[in-house]
Amino acid sequence: MTDTKQRVKTLGQVAVRFSGDSGDGMQLAGNIFTNVSAGLGNSVSTFPDYPAEIRAPQGSLGGVSGFQVSIGSGVHTPGDSCDVLVAMNPAALKQNYRTVKQGGVVIVDIDSFKEDGLKKAKFQTDDAVKELGITAQVVEVPVTSMTKAALADSGMDPKSVLKCRNIFTLGLLCWLFDRPLESAAKMLRAKFAKKPAVYEANAKVLQAGFDYGHNIHASVSTYRVETDEIRPGVYTDVKGNEATAYGLIMASEKSGLPLYLGSYPITPATDILHELAKRKDLGVKACQMEDEIAGVCSAIGASFAGSLAVTSTSGPGLALKGEAIGLAVMAELPLVVIDVQRGGPSTGLPTKTEQTDLNQALYGRNGESPLAVVAPLSPTDCFDTAFEACRIAVEHMTPVILLSDAFIGNGSSAWRIPEAGDYPEIRPNFVPDEVKDSWRPYMRDPETLTRYWAIPGTPGMMHRLGGLEKDDHTGAISTDPRNHAVMVERRREKVARIARDIPAQEVVCDSPEAETLLVGWGGTYGHLYTAAEELNAQGVPVALAQFRYINPLPANTPELLRRYKRVIVAELNSGQFADYLQARFPDVNISRINKIEGQPFLVSEIVESVKELLNK
Amino acid sequence: MEEKKYTQADYKSDQPVRWCAGCGDHAVLNSLQKAMATLGVAPEMTAVISGIGCSSRLPYYMNSYGFHTIHGRAAAVATGFKVANPEMQVWQISGDGDGLAIGGNHFIHAVRRNIDINMLLLNNRIYGLTKGQYSPTSARGFVSKSSPYGTTEDPFIPAELVFGARGNFFARAIDVDLATSQEVMVAAARHKGASVVEILQNCMIFNNGIHAAVADREFRADRTIHLRHGEKMIFGKDQNRGLVRDGFLVKAVTIGQDGWTIDDVLVHDAHTPSNFLHQQLAMMDGTELPMAVGVIRDVEGLTYDAEVSRQVEEVRARKGFDSLRSLLLAGDTWTVE
Repeated sequence: MTDTKQRVKTLGQVAVRFSGDSGDGMQLAGNIFTNVSAGLGNSVSTFPDYPAEIRAPQGSLGGVSGFQVSIGSGVHTPGDSCDVLVAMNPAALKQNYRTVKQGGVVIVDIDSFKEDGLKKAKFQTDDAVKELGITAQVVEVPVTSMTKAALADSGMDPKSVLKCRNIFTLGLLCWLFDRPLESAAKMLRAKFAKKPAVYEANAKVLQAGFDYGHNIHASVSTYRVETDEIRPGVYTDVKGNEATAYGLIMASEKSGLPLYLGSYPITPATDILHELAKRKDLGVKACQMEDEIAGVCSAIGASFAGSLAVTSTSGPGLALKGEAIGLAVMAELPLVVIDVQRGGPSTGLPTKTEQTDLNQALYGRNGESPLAVVAPLSPTDCFDTAFEACRIAVEHMTPVILLSDAFIGNGSSAWRIPEAGDYPEIRPNFVPDEVKDSWRPYMRDPETLTRYWAIPGTPGMMHRLGGLEKDDHTGAISTDPRNHAVMVERRREKVARIARDIPAQEVVCDSPEAETLLVGWGGTYGHLYTAAEELNAQGVPVALAQFRYINPLPANTPELLRRYKRVIVAELNSGQFADYLQARFPDVNISRINKIEGQPFLVSEIVESVKELLNK
Repeated sequence: MEEKKYTQADYKSDQPVRWCAGCGDHAVLNSLQKAMATLGVAPEMTAVISGIGCSSRLPYYMNSYGFHTIHGRAAAVATGFKVANPEMQVWQISGDGDGLAIGGNHFIHAVRRNIDINMLLLNNRIYGLTKGQYSPTSARGFVSKSSPYGTTEDPFIPAELVFGARGNFFARAIDVDLATSQEVMVAAARHKGASVVEILQNCMIFNNGIHAAVADREFRADRTIHLRHGEKMIFGKDQNRGLVRDGFLVKAVTIGQDGWTIDDVLVHDAHTPSNFLHQQLAMMDGTELPMAVGVIRDVEGLTYDAEVSRQVEEVRARKGFDSLRSLLLAGDTWTVE
């Protein structure tokens, strides 16, 4: 609804997209805008979309970096399209104008729409808006000259002045959306704590942007955005990769095991290494190793020594770690392997998102090599799922692969800081006192088949592990054919029994009319949930089951899938989870929705695809 | 608690040793168990970690915590183990293929990082477990199953690799020389940091006699020199040969001939930070100059595991967070009532 008199639009949700050169600071402006909004009680969902090149040629189409955020109530995705687009140059406009909704607003830095900039973005004429056929309202703001004017007396060099342009647009958006400038200024102060002069300049430019908006009040509507009713508590803004790191730390606190990370830099997983390297202040030992293999191998060594051991990577790194993960399967040591998936194969699309590593996680090792696989559903769920991965690894003595992805790893959400008692104790499967005298390295808990864990340094429990097959009873090397068959079965059954120790699969958006079950897994939850809501609103009753536990599947999975006439599996790959389910449940009628473009789903794509499948 | 005295038997596991009869690995196992008894570190505080290859079976024969890992990765596994529990004494067992070919990257980085582990490199210049292919320490032209016309590449000299990686400890011994083997293993364990011990090991089956030119009793005294810190560099059956300065290099002379006296003979300084002379000594190959055995370099430096622990303690004390929650509450937050 629009209040024309005051020109204030009240919206349940609004999406804003910042775009500019990869050096223009769009991610920073976007992040601060997000945090300020979350602080006002909006739910938020972000999508940073940046190029693989650190600094592509300035003003070029390939160098455009974007940051989209949705704010409001009931927000689950960053939005298929945006209400407001900020384009810092012609290339950014060209790459992003299609994402603007009908009735949306485009804000451009008109100072950059000169001959040089237009040429770099391959425009044929000097009227970019006309050439692209943009019908949305375009607000031409002299961002560069206003920024220069604001800092005219600052004594800063021209290059440093230009670096503040992003904050001018941030100030402008704060006015547009009625965000308090003080909280934006506070975040800038924290960001530039060590450079007070830079902070001063940015604070000045922030105010200038806000004032500029105030002065052109008559020419553009402002927005009032609804807030959510949320659970009381203390909140902070968290990115998925940070949440993953925090979940590991929480598991370390709840298990009493020291946390070790062995890792190697790789996009888009490196932020987990960064965060845990900082967390030496919480006792974390985070080691950057010489390669991916050393990352996982050092973690296996730390696990043998009695730590909660983790390695973090993306798809290419997971490929390199495969043999070592097999060693952890064989030695039955706890190990958490985090794969923040990106576009593949090979180097692929390093900064883009996909769900194409599922098969690799499930099957990418030599021999019969079962392990647990889990996948977080959202940036904040990265915390819970990382915690779960650790719990399963430690209580069931197995490697666990956590399949995050670039979309949720880089995306952020408001997150309620957990309170004492929110998470259960984790109980490592140490050798119980009653079996200490008869203990052997592969002696198992009879219920879970989990091998007991004897920690080096303990007198009387010296033992040897290794990649060679071991005797079921004595733990010595064994090439006995029958024994090998027994051990293969033990390892398989041990992982299968984890199903007894995980929650039942939930269904959302369900109704008695729903005959179709939409199925997803991991990071597509926000889009699938919003699509399911949308479909129900359009009179197409569908329920949604978003899987977080992939192997083993929750125990109620067969019953759940068979409850619906039709199952549609939507995933960002060519059908890996659908194949996995179909192989297990051949009687279930499974259809597929697949996208492999390095981009998340659009809600509209899912809605249309589901309707199309149901009309067939 | 009273100090317990350990014997070789305390470090023997109940597993039958399965190396070929006459393999040099038997001698190395024997020396290691004896060295451990000398060191007196309890079996439960000892970890032996290996890769893949004949020599990498060694952990199964030790009554200690042991881990027979995967090909080439022992140094990486041992690094994580030692960082996680710096109280344990960690031994890494690798062959020349395991340590210097597939595991070459981990080898040089473990040395560079100066992680406090004892790396035994059993160098038999052949792949034994896969039945006789040339290794990265096989000489140019070496004929093997995978080089039927001779290799067309130069080998690594392990010591050179260690010094190139800025190693602080390098020692060498011959498998059958149990006394020297034990001496250098004890020194390696007492050295804080990455200690590389190269053991010239004989493979009876696929490369018999590869080290015979220096190892045979007949020539050993004349073709090797046992270096000991603070002692004159003297060798030979009659202990009348010595190493002296020759410009930037060293040369071997006979004391009492051509005017050379015992005063001209160099004194070994294993502790000098410069590796210039250490490298020359380590590169002597038993032809023109005697091959050096014993501890060639033993220099103290900051160790990786201790520095990681120190940094963790220091940052913890400085920041003063007692839990994840206290850390998060100290950041940017807002409260919903």
